[in-house]
Amino acid sequence: MSARPVLLEAQAVAKHFGGVKALRDVSLTIRQGEVYGLIGPNGAGKTTFFNCMTGLYVPDGGGFVFDGAPLKADAPHQAAERGIARTFQNIRLFGNMTALENVMVGRHVRTKAGVVGAIVCDRGTREEEAAIRRRAEELLHYVGVEDQADDLAKNLSYGDQRRLEIARALATDPKLLCLDEPAAGMNGAETEELRVLIEGIRADGVTILLIEHDVKLVMGLCDRVAVLDYGALVIEDVPSVVQHDPRVIEAYIGVAA
Amino acid sequence: MSKWLNPRSGLGLTLIVVALVALPFVAGMGGQAWVRILNFAILYAFLALGLNIVVGFAGLLDLGYIAFYAVGAYLWALLASPHFGLHLPFWVILPLGALVAGIAGALLGAPTLKLRGDYLAIVTLGFGEIVRIFMNNLNAPVNITNGAQGITMIDPVSVAGLKFSATTTLFGITITGPQKYYYLLVLLALGVILVNFRLQHSRIGRAWQAIREDEIAAKAIGINTRNVKLLAFAMGASFGGIAGGIFAAMQGFVSPESFSLIESIMILAMVVLGGMGHIPGVILGAVLLTVLPEALRYAVVPVQKALFGEVLADPESLRMLIFGLALILVMRFKPAGLWPSPERRRELSEKTQ
Amino acid sequence: MDILLQQIINGLVQGAIYAMVALGYTMVYGIMGLINFAHGEVVMIGTLVAITVVTLLLKAGVPVMLAGACGIVAAAVACMALGWTLERVAYRPLRNAPRLTPLITAIGCSIVLQNVAMMVWGRNYMTFPPLIEKTQFEIAGASFTSVQVMIVLVAAISMGGLLFLVYRTKLGMAMRATAQNPAVAGLMGVNANRVISSAFVIGSALGAVAGVMVGTYYEIAHYQMGFMLGLKAFTAAVLGGIGNLAGAMAGGVLLGLIEALGAGYIGDLTGGFLGSHYQDIFAFVVLILVLMFRPSGLFGEKTGDRA
Repeated sequence: MSARPVLLEAQAVAKHFGGVKALRDVSLTIRQGEVYGLIGPNGAGKTTFFNCMTGLYVPDGGGFVFDGAPLKADAPHQAAERGIARTFQNIRLFGNMTALENVMVGRHVRTKAGVVGAIVCDRGTREEEAAIRRRAEELLHYVGVEDQADDLAKNLSYGDQRRLEIARALATDPKLLCLDEPAAGMNGAETEELRVLIEGIRADGVTILLIEHDVKLVMGLCDRVAVLDYGALVIEDVPSVVQHDPRVIEAYIGVAA
Repeated sequence: MSKWLNPRSGLGLTLIVVALVALPFVAGMGGQAWVRILNFAILYAFLALGLNIVVGFAGLLDLGYIAFYAVGAYLWALLASPHFGLHLPFWVILPLGALVAGIAGALLGAPTLKLRGDYLAIVTLGFGEIVRIFMNNLNAPVNITNGAQGITMIDPVSVAGLKFSATTTLFGITITGPQKYYYLLVLLALGVILVNFRLQHSRIGRAWQAIREDEIAAKAIGINTRNVKLLAFAMGASFGGIAGGIFAAMQGFVSPESFSLIESIMILAMVVLGGMGHIPGVILGAVLLTVLPEALRYAVVPVQKALFGEVLADPESLRMLIFGLALILVMRFKPAGLWPSPERRRELSEKTQ
Repeated sequence: MDILLQQIINGLVQGAIYAMVALGYTMVYGIMGLINFAHGEVVMIGTLVAITVVTLLLKAGVPVMLAGACGIVAAAVACMALGWTLERVAYRPLRNAPRLTPLITAIGCSIVLQNVAMMVWGRNYMTFPPLIEKTQFEIAGASFTSVQVMIVLVAAISMGGLLFLVYRTKLGMAMRATAQNPAVAGLMGVNANRVISSAFVIGSALGAVAGVMVGTYYEIAHYQMGFMLGLKAFTAAVLGGIGNLAGAMAGGVLLGLIEALGAGYIGDLTGGFLGSHYQDIFAFVVLILVLMFRPSGLFGEKTGDRA
């Protein structure tokens, strides 16, 4: 299989908090169109890696190159502008806004009506608002939460909240969608629905970076997998190789491959 | 809202319009002082709506909002009085006031962008006080603000030669100065309410709400929180600037005393007690907190004389005392305000269980 | 240069007073995350109660030292009761409310206390009766008085006592635990209510002593004196690192020095453009700069935001 073009490259990314080295010179590449898994024991640095990539943390060393150009550190909204969208491990929805509004806010970065447009309410602004609403409704349908469109986000069930967060991330028209433990707390059936959704997103041309603990999900879904342990990259390869690597098994002692 | 007052129905709209047009004359029957009180209620509604953008929509706790009122007022005073000998018309000064105040808002907001709730409040409080201290002392070496004495003999608003400070008779109806200001204020207020409403339900309004809910998530989905927050400060401040200009014109003089911390707190109280983020609630808060203390002033002395045979507490301190108690009681029993938006009432009633 | 030592002395004394008041703010904020806006007013009431008691006793012929001691005790009792009541009645019901609610309540309490004070003691400035002989000393061209010495001494003793309480007693340990992690402290058997009440009461007691200090130092008192004092003391607490006791003390002294030196030299620094009546600005400017560039203060820990 010829290599697809590289979408994201992490170059020797390092991050420490006081004495704790959360990331040690992590280098990896994510190719366009693939589902890329990032696994490792708790505290391995997966979410820290996410946060560095999406601009929430400033790396202490190294950096990222996205779609040909370096990613600016400490500028989360620019990461979104460039085409990186994410969900959060602990679900960060806008609780007191409706599901529909949550997704509509996701369109912010791709729309442009400003204060003047809002006040004057001209035709262009009104058309943009209508387009935002339509797209939001589409996305709610896409993830399967359309019935809860007018419910407050904080009142949705856990599974619906996770899917809503994905819809909101998709609203930014990302090139790279980063999912931070989307299957956490889900049962078998819900995880299967999630797998189908992620397959669908990949089929629609979005590259996906997936942090997950559910090893079965990761191995079944991902084209390539990277394993972090104590902040360092242990291996980056296809699932069948990773599963049988002795270092990985050692890192996950007790977890069935 | 009761069916009768529903502005969406033709009948409701007509009733409201009639009530608004007739109000100053009804109030005037009790004396022009009541019309002035009405005007101040509208002025404070302006301010409360402006602050509502910052506090209610964007969730930025601003305790120094009065500074923008001061900027607008002093701008009018400088451009339409004998102080510098300039006498520009209102349709120049008011937009200029909005602009200058808006810029001031962005400038004062810029340093606060990384601060959380309490600290933001204290820093904005500090800024408000600094502005007041400067207003109080910028009379040497160059006399800009005339210090503690303030600037007097300020021009009133003047439309087509008709001065708003005098009484005129048009088509057989006598309209006093305060009543003219009333109509100007109502028209402007309606504009402000419309602007507020449109902002709330726009892309920017959603961005403000997102920041209020969860700033990190807002950044992650691409909202430039820095610029959007600055926009909130600027928009909110600009309303204060307009209100300040009219205040200067109405009152005829300005001095730093009118722009103290307690005024900022008062306006914040109007927003919070009325119903934060909810436009009708905020207006209610402004009207209540302006009119009730005035009504109280008339009642305090006779009631005390009847109960105790003498005046134990003067109206001013009693008024402030009751205000303080109101803050405590409302926060205890109705933390979402007297007329909150439906979501907010739910949000707060769950939290304080 | 000639006024340097004098300004330093003045700054230290003023700073000691700020430090005493700042402790009240920092203890409450450290444990509850609440800015107790009303603390400045509590201090003010301490001063006014002391004036009333001392004046009454002096008129009744009680010797000065005894009257003074009674005044301090009365102020302390009044302030502690006040602090306890504030917490119990106004703040405790709001413990789980979002940040804005208790802040507004605190502002309300501040306003109520100010106006009650005005109704009880009137609008006029009141003189604080002198409690000790005001002898003057000279050192290297600067002068200082026995009052100033007393203030610094009493402040040092009080703060030493507080440190002992916090670091060597069971209550102090409970307070520190609650400040770090209220939930776990509760699980360990710490009674959060008792700890919080104690913080308010102790802070108010210190505030009462500070109030008497202010009265003896400036010799006048007024129902509005709490506001500026409170704001500056809060600045000092933030400067030192809010929640940190040693920080509050250091911050208080530092702020006193900044104000004194600034007021003394501002004319020279700005070429006459800004006079010493801009003095109050120093506290605000310091506050803004600290919060913007080093919000954890001089001694506080940097708290990151882990997403």
